[in-house]
Amino acid sequence: MARTLLNIPKTAQRGEVIEIRTLIAHKMDSGFLPDAQGQRIPRDIIQRFACRYNGEQVFSAELFAAVSANPYLVFYLVATESGMLEFEWQGDNGFTQTERVPITVT
Amino acid sequence: MHLPMRLPMNLPMKTEVPPSPVRRDLLAMGVGLAGAVFVRPVAAQSEELAAAVAAFAGGATVRPGRVKLEVAKLVDNGNVVPVSVSVESPMTAADHVTAIAIFNEKNPQRDIAKFAFGPRSGKASVSTRIRLATTQKLVAVARLSDGSFWSDSADVIVVLAACIDGEA
Amino acid sequence: MRRSARLAALSMLAVLLGCTMPAPVPLPALGFGLATTDRSGPAEPDRRRSGFEFMGEQTQAMQRDDSANPAMLGVQDGEMLWNTAPGPQAKACVACHAAAQSSMKGVAARYPAWDGQLARPVNLGTRINLCRQRHQQLPPLTADHQQLLNLEAYVGLQSRGLPVMPDPDPRLLPFRERGAQRFVQRLGQLDLSCAQCHDQLAGLKLAGSVIPQAHPTGYPIYRLEWQALGSLQRRLRGCMTGVRAEPFAAGSVEFVELELHLATRAMGMALETPAVRP
Repeated sequence: MARTLLNIPKTAQRGEVIEIRTLIAHKMDSGFLPDAQGQRIPRDIIQRFACRYNGEQVFSAELFAAVSANPYLVFYLVATESGMLEFEWQGDNGFTQTERVPITVT
Repeated sequence: MHLPMRLPMNLPMKTEVPPSPVRRDLLAMGVGLAGAVFVRPVAAQSEELAAAVAAFAGGATVRPGRVKLEVAKLVDNGNVVPVSVSVESPMTAADHVTAIAIFNEKNPQRDIAKFAFGPRSGKASVSTRIRLATTQKLVAVARLSDGSFWSDSADVIVVLAACIDGEA
Repeated sequence: MRRSARLAALSMLAVLLGCTMPAPVPLPALGFGLATTDRSGPAEPDRRRSGFEFMGEQTQAMQRDDSANPAMLGVQDGEMLWNTAPGPQAKACVACHAAAQSSMKGVAARYPAWDGQLARPVNLGTRINLCRQRHQQLPPLTADHQQLLNLEAYVGLQSRGLPVMPDPDPRLLPFRERGAQRFVQRLGQLDLSCAQCHDQLAGLKLAGSVIPQAHPTGYPIYRLEWQALGSLQRRLRGCMTGVRAEPFAAGSVEFVELELHLATRAMGMALETPAVRP
């Protein structure tokens, strides 16, 4: 399981646009660089990210090798009801990780 | 503008100092020497960038405007370049941004990232950190719910890490 | 390609260093092993500046925000390691040291410090390894092992904001002196010393990037060049290879002596661990 840093307001007002910051530990090997022996390191990146709000996808991203290691994504969504935010990352070599964070909307 | 990749080997190493204009030229050569992993003809890369934008737009006209691509003009290190894209839009069901894509000019690959939005986004804005192989142009393209495409571009100067670094 | 470009920049620098240099950054009068500066004369402004001030705005923003600083991923891991017994026979750090927030406060700011058994200074990474060996009956981790860096970052965070205050043990004096000599010693094919760039040319530019004063106030750092957390020794190895010198062996006393001098030179400056640097 890769380490993640998720910054989400614990509570929000209904209708408020909130900022979500996500950071996940991942080397994002581009596939273009050689190792110390001169051998090309094969690509190993996170390719997809999705955020679901009570099951409905509200934001997604397709990432390429040009995204820096430890991918950082900041995006927004409208706080509509209390529930669960789910963050999912998928990538090369079967990489998959899901994190869930509750949100309270008043 | 392409600068020569190597200095002449008879450069004096002792106390002799070249006259000022020459020194300025030598210093100027430092900028932009970050070195692309693959060296390709400039024209081919610009065409590829245009092709990538066109492919994303599905042949539709891409107009400059409404999109704001924010990136530092001179970055500390090409490995981690913070970048933000935002688009003016009410983000209602009837009128919203559906996608934003970021492309580059001189990396080994044109694509950087593609993002999908909807009315539940509230704001058509995203930030991330990207890798830039060398000084180059970045383009951000947004697709709106009415099928129109808008763009912004930025020129970024990428220099070496400040210190002498023996690591490759 | 990167390396030859850097070499080119360094060759230019070697040429430029032949001419008259601006006055070196004056450092406060520091007696070796003393905790206070000489205040008998007129007060001289402290011209020491953290590497933080030489970075671009966006890199600074990355360091300031714990939710945006990639080093905090390592700190998270370090916290888990602190609280987890590494094996059925071994105790976790927390078993002896309790909560790091209290027991480790001020610790990182004191390193490198004297180790009685080895009869030499050790840096924080070596200290953690010595604890592993002596009190957890575990083998040491390699110097740049991710777990060791993460633990160092977690321990270092507990001293964030505190002034660098290296161990004043008088037995460290000869090591400090050797470290100070190394700082001004020219080395490598490019025949450059640390002082030539970091004392004399700090604030000026090398190939478009600003040369910092080289105060190690944020280690382990998340270095953009590495896209990872790394130690001061890794950085110093990079510097030495960069001037085409054979780097000291990893974990060698030569490196620790230099680290000790750098910590003394930075005495009183605030620790920023875990910092972000270009």
